Amino acid sequence: MLDLAHDEPTPKVYAGLTGDWEVVIGMEVHAQIASKAKLFSGASTEFGRGPNENVSLVDAAMPGMLPVINRFCVEQAVRAGLGLKAKINLRSVFDRKNYFYPDLPQGYQISQFKHPIVGEGEVLVDMAPGVARRVRVERIHMEQDAGKSIHDLDPALSFVDLNRTGVALMEIVSRPDIRGPEEAAEYVRKLRQILRYLGACDGNMQEGSLRADVNVSVCKPGDYERFRETGDFGVLGTRCEIKNMNSMRFIQAAVDFEARRQIAILEDGGKVDQETRLYDPGKGETRSMRSKEEAHDYRYFPDPDLLPLVIEQAWVDAIEASLPELPDDKKARLIAQYGVTEYDAGVLCADRAAADFYETVAHGRDGKQAANWVINELFGRLNKQGLDIGDSPMSAAQLGGMLDLLANGDISGKIAKELFEILWSEGGDPAEIVAARGMRQVTDAGAIEAAVAQVIAENPEKAEQAKAKPSLSGWFVGQVMKATGGKANPQAVQALVKAGLGIDE
Amino acid sequence: MAVDKATVRRVAHLARIRVDEDHLAPMAQELSRILAFAEQLAEVNVDGVEPMTSVTPMALRMREDVVTEGDARDAVLANAPLTRGGFFAVPKVVE
Repeated sequence: MLDLAHDEPTPKVYAGLTGDWEVVIGMEVHAQIASKAKLFSGASTEFGRGPNENVSLVDAAMPGMLPVINRFCVEQAVRAGLGLKAKINLRSVFDRKNYFYPDLPQGYQISQFKHPIVGEGEVLVDMAPGVARRVRVERIHMEQDAGKSIHDLDPALSFVDLNRTGVALMEIVSRPDIRGPEEAAEYVRKLRQILRYLGACDGNMQEGSLRADVNVSVCKPGDYERFRETGDFGVLGTRCEIKNMNSMRFIQAAVDFEARRQIAILEDGGKVDQETRLYDPGKGETRSMRSKEEAHDYRYFPDPDLLPLVIEQAWVDAIEASLPELPDDKKARLIAQYGVTEYDAGVLCADRAAADFYETVAHGRDGKQAANWVINELFGRLNKQGLDIGDSPMSAAQLGGMLDLLANGDISGKIAKELFEILWSEGGDPAEIVAARGMRQVTDAGAIEAAVAQVIAENPEKAEQAKAKPSLSGWFVGQVMKATGGKANPQAVQALVKAGLGIDE
Repeated sequence: MAVDKATVRRVAHLARIRVDEDHLAPMAQELSRILAFAEQLAEVNVDGVEPMTSVTPMALRMREDVVTEGDARDAVLANAPLTRGGFFAVPKVVE
């Protein structure tokens, strides 16, 4: 496997009144598994149905109902684990996490506490070309999602929709290895990218398919290194947990706010309370969740309705053999195979469909040129119109055909941009369009010479001026290009204009 | 293990069971006796014995990822004390 060499980014430093501070971040990411049915019932996971339409009697916790685990969900958890180079535990156990809330009809969440299905892995978080943070993953476990409570439809009532109740989640728990607000956002971005490559989670943050709880504490320079040496959390500051973040931008802003808040408290001689907080994007601040003030006591115990989950190594091996090429490997390969820069490779690998599109375009062509057109022209246009690569009106074959015409000298770079516009808005075969609309570049010296001679003959005064001052010959180049409808080869025009005016190089 | 009044109060609250103040002490005593009875098991030497998870040697059975249930809103809501527009309606939970 190819592995790009990288340096560690420097931690974010906050200048305080009493000296410098650093921030330490750990994350719990909840990713909905992209299954059709729920983790323990046969109800649909489809988003956006009417209230309580995707609810089975198991999800509603009716008496006598028993959970039966969904094999696909187990497989996705294993895929995610393998994708994060993690240890897969062949035996794992489901526990009950007990608490009361209206959208949790069982009175407990089925989760994995002591024996999760996936052990230690890692995520390489890219910060810049050649700079990446290796964030250790502590574990991944499977659990049930809760329902949704809606508090603003009635002054006296909360409304409860159980459609999400029982949907399978993977909780991916990192070590506190993230060292700045940007790193926190990039960690989630990279994790989302990997899960999407694997197909384990659709990563739709607006629909809540991926949400992060962010643990933030601050410390003095050197403390974190001491923690890494000793494993003693005591040398780190008291942490606060910011719940339920579903946007990279908000994560970055919330971490930054929270770090500054904690530093202000500490520099004021106060102490940070370990608590759960919510981020308010409107105000750009975090605030305490008073309702959760009561100390958590989940009274975990093994769920008597479920036997331990035992899977075969052979199954894990088969799943491993079916994994797609993952972002880090793909990026390294694109650099090696097509000669693109690390930055461009990163952009191209952002999602699998985009990388596939690029490879189809680049196949058998100039990889760098293909990257320029795909990134600058195509992605640029898609972004502008809010489209995904899958919605691109132009196919990889069309763009590739256009690059062939450019490489053969059939069209100039200027005409290529025009052709791109036509392919984008009208579609069609690039070679046919060029032939039918007379867009072929004129390389025939005779035709260009004739055009040059005509422009010079029509503008005798300007020709005299240009002979005296050769820098003015650019005007003639422009006129000849215009006269030929932009189809003349610009280098050839330049040379012939100079020859026509009798200017020596 | 002896259970005191404060523990009974806390456990009762966690389980959302109302226990009157004058019942706390007797219940602490009863719970302590039950726990003491169970604690006799601690006298058995279980070194090297795997915890038993089932009386039958079975592995967890799995189900295929197929939608087989749902679209039963009325049945799901049938026992709810209060509903509104397809939702369960509960006393306001303030965040």
